[in-house]
Amino acid sequence: MLFSVLLYGSLSILLLGTAWRVSRWFTRKIGPASRSIPSSRRVSAALKGIVRTLFSGSILTALRVFFVDGLLQWRILKEDALRWVMHMCIFAGFLLLLLMHALESHITVKLFKDYYSTANPFFFLRELFGVLVLIGVCLALFRRFILKVPRLKTRAPDIFAIIILTVIIGSGFFLEGAKMLSHGEFMRMVEDWSDAGDPAEVQALESYWVDAFGLHSPSLSPPFSEEILSEGREIHEMSCEFCHAPAQWAFASYGVNRAMAPAGSFLERIHAVTVLWYIHILACFAGLAYLPFSKMFHIIATPVGLAVSAVTDRKRADPANVATRQAIELDACTQCGTCSLRCSVAPAVAPFGNPYILPSERMAYLRRLGRDGLPGPSDREALRQGACICSNCDRCTVVCPSGINLREFWMCVREDLVQQGEPEPAMLSPFSFFRGLQKATLDDIVDYDIVDYNDPLQRAMHSVTANGNGKVHSPDSEPLDLTRPRESVEDPVLEAGHFTDCFGCRTCTTVCPVVGNYEDPVNTLGLLPHQIMFSLGLGLPDTACRSRMLWDCVTCYQCEEHCPQGVRITDILYTLKNRSIQNRLL
Amino acid sequence: MKTYSLFIGCNIPARVRSYESASRAVLERLGVGLVDSREFTCCGYPLRNVDQGAFLLSAARNLALANRMGYDMLVLCSCCFGSLKAAQYMLGRDEAARRNVEHALRKEGLHYDGGVRIKHFLSALYHDIGAETLKRLINRPFTSLKIAAHYGCHALRPSHVTAFDDPVAPRIFEDLVEITGAQSVEWDTKLDCCGAPLLGINDDLSLDLTRNKMTKAVEAGVDFLCTACPYCQLQFETARHRGIAGNGEGSTTVASLLYPQLLGYGMGIENKRLELDANLLKAAAGKS
Repeated sequence: MLFSVLLYGSLSILLLGTAWRVSRWFTRKIGPASRSIPSSRRVSAALKGIVRTLFSGSILTALRVFFVDGLLQWRILKEDALRWVMHMCIFAGFLLLLLMHALESHITVKLFKDYYSTANPFFFLRELFGVLVLIGVCLALFRRFILKVPRLKTRAPDIFAIIILTVIIGSGFFLEGAKMLSHGEFMRMVEDWSDAGDPAEVQALESYWVDAFGLHSPSLSPPFSEEILSEGREIHEMSCEFCHAPAQWAFASYGVNRAMAPAGSFLERIHAVTVLWYIHILACFAGLAYLPFSKMFHIIATPVGLAVSAVTDRKRADPANVATRQAIELDACTQCGTCSLRCSVAPAVAPFGNPYILPSERMAYLRRLGRDGLPGPSDREALRQGACICSNCDRCTVVCPSGINLREFWMCVREDLVQQGEPEPAMLSPFSFFRGLQKATLDDIVDYDIVDYNDPLQRAMHSVTANGNGKVHSPDSEPLDLTRPRESVEDPVLEAGHFTDCFGCRTCTTVCPVVGNYEDPVNTLGLLPHQIMFSLGLGLPDTACRSRMLWDCVTCYQCEEHCPQGVRITDILYTLKNRSIQNRLL
Repeated sequence: MKTYSLFIGCNIPARVRSYESASRAVLERLGVGLVDSREFTCCGYPLRNVDQGAFLLSAARNLALANRMGYDMLVLCSCCFGSLKAAQYMLGRDEAARRNVEHALRKEGLHYDGGVRIKHFLSALYHDIGAETLKRLINRPFTSLKIAAHYGCHALRPSHVTAFDDPVAPRIFEDLVEITGAQSVEWDTKLDCCGAPLLGINDDLSLDLTRNKMTKAVEAGVDFLCTACPYCQLQFETARHRGIAGNGEGSTTVASLLYPQLLGYGMGIENKRLELDANLLKAAAGKS
């Protein structure tokens, strides 16, 4: 009764939780395109997509991906063999235990006529599968705490997952070991299965089991006479052997049994078998109920995500399905850290002091967010900077063991982040090349009919070029204040000093292709290259910093190459850009 | 056999894979060994606008890795090349910056000693392999193909840092083009910027520069532009697909080839390995 209540209770939680998680696949919004698509539209687009896939060749693609990447986990093996062994041990071990042991009355009994949980090969296999899971758990601990795999962060869900697996499997071994030890269990089996009728026969059998199979007897203890043992063995062979393999076949549990043996009477007294049975099934049911809320939900989300990605035609995909796929991918991430291990801009994490430069860190944050997928104001800036400092090298997408299309994912997330809140100065760097390329080639996962492509750039530009009055400097604005600010004497830009060789020949401006591109360069660019050098000469680095010229510089080094005085003009402009970002308006 | 550690950067594996595959095919034919490392990261180029320290650290980390690998570094991307060279130059002159970088790298067990030789793909072909060797391997020379060699700013300048070629009258790229039998055409904007550094920041300006450049190439009557940098290649191809070159009626665009594609074709390497669109060459009037 209690068993059924617990079983059906945890199954209900599992189902409701899964339904809730799946419903979020249609409600979570990632990227500007997703914001205008109602959930109902996403559900209907998904159903259409599923039907279309089922009745086309792409169902084979989905099945192949499910088999190769889902079951065999080929993508993990490609990246890290040890991790594959770890994952396979846990995955295969647990899955086989579930099918053969937990669902024995539904599956194994029906498949194998002569199935007894205590008979080989099942008796041995159950041990083997359990040991596989434990080996996997040990490897997981080894990778996390001894090997310290770089960028693999251990968070609460990881710890919970490891604990729950350990308790389920560990309690199983202890339960089995305690059963072998238990006199009560022995007597129950004798009553149920053996022909031994009179007490002397039972005693002989018991003696044999104490001697051979680790049974603890309250009344009998070795040494036993050879005679008793051979009588016991005979009864064993007649009554037990057919459906009970020797306890040693359950090698791990037998080991536990030997370790517990000295406490045999105590364990019998506290009903250890019953207690451990409760622990075991409670842990299983807890794991079952917790699954949709835990890291383990990836066993559902990851294969689904892999299959969906495999059948999605990037060019013709319905934006509603792209939004849904990205919501699934958010759940498919297992926080394995592989993306960050291979991240091209990872060395920038320390100088910027911003962990969100790493893709796995951004993913961890986004997973915690609510439906609208937008971060709170306190984290937004760091997250946005992290998303913008990305060279779009695609390595995260290539290596992700869950097959998440991180390239498109980050494009959508980045666009969401730069469209709102403070401007992001990192956009004013070649990191934006990819965004520009997407726009220019009309290969837009981000639809620039929905969001303004230029607005985030203009705001970023304004934040670095505007002066305190919010005006861009130009010769028509306020006259320059030429009083040399006192602190500028110590200014590192001025200290560097190499601009002092400038004798004002203006060659830099003459050869500059950007200046040459404009009819009215002074009004467009604020200060021309030679004027920037003059400003520095006057001790006015902040005036130079506000010039639009800095951000329109193509860094072609024509000015520097042609400067007769060897002033490193382009490099100075770089320095001023850095400074301008540090001093930007917030 | 000459061996290099290959630095492909970020753009090539993601968007200009043909550059890598064609280069590998050509270098294989030349008997050059390549050692890859998955540890290489961004060269630091895009970081330079934002934070000099982050730029130097990223570049120096790659140089330290290459140093540990023990081979000269072969760089395909001109911007990576320029960036790595600039960082090496700056760290050689700025004691404080170098100490910072060394301190940060030590945490990763890396050591920066500034000694590794950084070679651009074109320099390696020209100086290390040599024009004569290349010429010997050309078995399918072009006969009347006109090429506009585009040097790429970050390889060429600042010349005292990159030491690539004469910044005012460079010859390397043109000589390399002519080795294949193609004619390297003199054109006005040969040494100008392709516009790529501003794409995504100021698209109008960026594409204006590309248009100026491409218009001059078209005026010079070339069949192809030729590049040795993924940024330049992407910029030209983007401009071509949008049909932005030229002004007014009758204006036209011109396609861009990567140098190893041109060289590989001349060496008789199959188009598939070069990821070369055969129709493109045919369209240039069967000039091979």
